Amino acid sequence: MDGDASRDSELPFMPAIEAVGLTKKFGALTAVDSVTFDVEEGEVFGFLGPNGAGKTTTIRMLCCLISKTGGQAKIAGYDVGEEQDALKIRKLIGLMPDNVGLYEALSAYDNLDFFGKLYDRTEGQRKENIQRLLAMLGLWEKKDVTVSTFSKGMKQKLGIACALIHDPQILFMDEPTANLDPESAKTVRDFILELKREKRTIFLNTHNLDEAQRICDKIAILNTKLMATGTPDELERSVSGKKTVVQLVQVTDAILAALRKLPLSNMTIDGNKLTFDVKDPDKENVAITEAIYKAGGQVRSVNIVGSTLEDAYLKLVRSDKT
Amino acid sequence: MRLSKSWVIATKDFKVFLKQKKILYSITVAPIIVSILIPTVISFAGQNKGGHGLAATELTVLLPAFAFFYLILAGYIPTTIASYSIVGEKVEKSLERLLATPTTDSEILLGKGISAFLPSMGAIFGGSVIFMVLMDLVTQPKLGYYYFPNWNTGLVFFLLVPLTVVMSVGWNVIVSSRVTDVRVAQQIGILLILPLAGIYVGGELNLIQLGDTNTLLIIAGILFAVDLLLLYAARATFRREEILTKWK
Repeated sequence: MDGDASRDSELPFMPAIEAVGLTKKFGALTAVDSVTFDVEEGEVFGFLGPNGAGKTTTIRMLCCLISKTGGQAKIAGYDVGEEQDALKIRKLIGLMPDNVGLYEALSAYDNLDFFGKLYDRTEGQRKENIQRLLAMLGLWEKKDVTVSTFSKGMKQKLGIACALIHDPQILFMDEPTANLDPESAKTVRDFILELKREKRTIFLNTHNLDEAQRICDKIAILNTKLMATGTPDELERSVSGKKTVVQLVQVTDAILAALRKLPLSNMTIDGNKLTFDVKDPDKENVAITEAIYKAGGQVRSVNIVGSTLEDAYLKLVRSDKT
Repeated sequence: MRLSKSWVIATKDFKVFLKQKKILYSITVAPIIVSILIPTVISFAGQNKGGHGLAATELTVLLPAFAFFYLILAGYIPTTIASYSIVGEKVEKSLERLLATPTTDSEILLGKGISAFLPSMGAIFGGSVIFMVLMDLVTQPKLGYYYFPNWNTGLVFFLLVPLTVVMSVGWNVIVSSRVTDVRVAQQIGILLILPLAGIYVGGELNLIQLGDTNTLLIIAGILFAVDLLLLYAARATFRREEILTKWK
């Protein structure tokens, strides 16, 4: 990481990214409303939300590109919004904007070399980093080719390389796999996982719930306000928990009466199949099967079905609209 | 402000310009045409119907004003470059990535200014050398001496032309912030040459004494004041937040 050694040594003791009541208003419009979260060092933090939720605005505030209108935010201990800290923060972080933003008339090498110079990398460091990054992303053979001839996936990969040319420890990525074909998206995702293994802190804006679930250690769901924060598992459980599906030989009134005495919620009956919302399947499923047996029922199968991150996301976003 | 950062941005722009034939042509073609065309016209003027060409007295009125053609070029050439340099970044959506680097707004603006200023000055100086050499060859037999270079021409090329280029860069930064199309930026940016053309016409009509050092210094003073105003406005326009949230 660039920056002084003392700052580096401080990093393990503070969140890499911290926001408290972070707010952005454009006139009467509130784009980001009092958002609070923190991202630990080495964590991949997913920022989920619909279009216009304020994800890009949040990234822009954290990258010191636009000012905040309220709250506090810190990057590696530096204050976002403090003029003297802005350059230090920008030196410390890498940004992959939602628009890939490359110089199409230049080669891949020249694009990377340009950004390397702006981050004060020596010629030797630039050469080494360019070769390493282009090789990792499978673009080394194309290093002298003009970017305008690149496919969308190649441009996206080069865009990520540009954000990493100065070896930043904190990386902001705004929809890095948007509009990519499945193969290119997988390459990008694998690369993010590689960065995760290198213990880099990654702040990932994405629409892709599957991607968030696979990559992120922690997820925040934003819809101008922060709707929820947690690990993917926590979010799934916090919204609707898990479901137990019991397939019986035959449903009888006695079985239903016995089950209704249990503290179960949301029981639905579909033929001989019963479904319950459960918070702790290990305990509650024992009670369910016992009640069924005591009522003279026969169980064919018991399955635990988890609600997905998509369920959680949709429920949170829709609840905010109502 | 670190000049090294601005220089990195400017040299990147130079590389982009070298790959863009349209920019190369617009920088080089106009000065070359003007530099060859005017001496050619002068050499043939007054030769028809048995004439002997322009008289020495007429030449001494015309020649000082011709240098002002380069003031018009100084207003025109940066229009092409600055519009590509700034609107081009908007079109390629590369500004956000550039703004996210550890550079200040002033350093980026200066880099863009340098990338528009140096090629423009190079093209104008190159053209002016061709112009002065050809014009001396054409007029020396009539005048009996080499008219160029002289102090007033030096004032035009080393003071008025740089001031005009700076004015054009400032104007084009402001224009570029308001449009999303390179051609529109050029069309609006080029309006700047109207007052410059007015000065030239005034000189040819003998309404303004363009051969007079005091007149040139007054024009320089006006250009300097306009430069300050435009640079102030350009700097006010070129702010990170403005660029990302308000620029079209």
